Amino acid sequence: MRTKICKTLYIVGSMAAVAAILAAFLWISLLRIDHKLDFSTLLEFKVRLQQGFVMTLAISAGSLFLSLLIGALAAVGQHSRVLVISYLCKVYVQVIRGTPLLVQIFFFYYIIGTAWGIENRYLAGILILSLFEGAYIAEIIRGGLESIDSRQYEIARAIGLSPGKTARLVTIPILMSRILPALAGQFASIIKDSSLLSVIAVSELTQTIQEISAHNFKFFENYFSLGAMYFIMTFVVSLITRRLEKVYKHADYYARHL
Amino acid sequence: MQIIMQGISKSFNGKVVLDNISFADNFQSMAVIGPSGAGKSTLLRIIGGLLAPTAGELYIDGKKIIYSERELQAYRRTIGFVFQSRGLFEHLTSLDNVTLPLVHVLGISREEANENAYKLLSRFGLAGEGHKYPFQLSGGQQQRLQIARAVITKPKLLLLDEPTSALDPELTAEVLDMLDELQNDGLNTIIVTHEMGFAKKACEKIIFLCDGVIRESGPGSRLLSDPRSPELRNFLNKVLEWHV
Repeated sequence: MRTKICKTLYIVGSMAAVAAILAAFLWISLLRIDHKLDFSTLLEFKVRLQQGFVMTLAISAGSLFLSLLIGALAAVGQHSRVLVISYLCKVYVQVIRGTPLLVQIFFFYYIIGTAWGIENRYLAGILILSLFEGAYIAEIIRGGLESIDSRQYEIARAIGLSPGKTARLVTIPILMSRILPALAGQFASIIKDSSLLSVIAVSELTQTIQEISAHNFKFFENYFSLGAMYFIMTFVVSLITRRLEKVYKHADYYARHL
Repeated sequence: MQIIMQGISKSFNGKVVLDNISFADNFQSMAVIGPSGAGKSTLLRIIGGLLAPTAGELYIDGKKIIYSERELQAYRRTIGFVFQSRGLFEHLTSLDNVTLPLVHVLGISREEANENAYKLLSRFGLAGEGHKYPFQLSGGQQQRLQIARAVITKPKLLLLDEPTSALDPELTAEVLDMLDELQNDGLNTIIVTHEMGFAKKACEKIIFLCDGVIRESGPGSRLLSDPRSPELRNFLNKVLEWHV
């Protein structure tokens, strides 16, 4: 009983110490540049901040869905027997992973987007972000697929399971349990990477803060809050992931809901 | 059960594994023995419809096996197959491993499948293990579960690919006892094995496979006590060298 209390105290004390160290560092830094914190001017833009927050979430969710689709196609396509498809998928993954997102945004928006008449910058933003993240998701899925023991498919064949049911009952549950942590990490990346869409004036969270900064000049308060808001989103994602990981451990979720 | 092989050959990338095998016999339980690399597993997979031969024809009870994916899918449903190891779905519990073929291949209701599965699990001494995942089971339990999964669909033929070669002697006995019981119940079996004692005592026929051809075959008791080919004599000398 006593050791248990000691242990709890030790943990809580350590947490408090970390918080104190970080806060002190921040506070001393502010003192050194003689800055007085004032969040009041930022709060005047509450409604716009909310809109930006929701826009970032919407773009990220849209991109997550689309990039999963693109990633899955590119992962499977790399193994296609049709060489054109296989090469196309490999080139796509290599080129996208080998170039900065900023370059891709400019290239796709101003050149490809203009050439093919994609005027809507929100749609363009989601498409570009999905293309970018899809290449990373393709690699995650490909790695996951290759990690599945071929014996699992042999068992499925031996009991006379059809290819469709093999995919649904064997491949996908095993794959999901293996790649879920990596996928969740990628979703956190999507949320953060969406901030770069501000360069084509998509009014998501970062763009909103930039516009607000041009009015109130409170750069520290604005960008500190911006970081905090992104952190809230990614932190929630990691909490959800931890829950899903438990559910997908041995993929027993599927087993119970076949 | 009657099995007829006519000129069955199999090669992988030009390497001949089975070389023009012709064989015909009636059997209820058959053991396939022979040195490693003789092609035993390959032959078993061809009989089970998991591999297509490069050439030749196979007849089971007078019916020709057609090696097209469509036909094979239906054929495999009538066969039980037990692998040497890792032969269970790793993401499913014992119970779900056993019920999956019933529910998703034969289309039996989940309640009925569960009922059948529980009966079979307790018969094979796995009554308390239904909720466990394969990695939580011992090697012997895994193999018994594989056999349960293979026989729950009431196959006309059970094929076993060295089901005990990854087990220690005690667990081997566990699995072989169970198999013996199934054979006595009238289940047709073909087993690839290195357990000469089991081949001799429990299997009515034995095939000796060496270098991709059947060197010798016949009733188990005769083959092991009176080997006629030098290859089999040589093989038995090696296998039984340290036998007590």
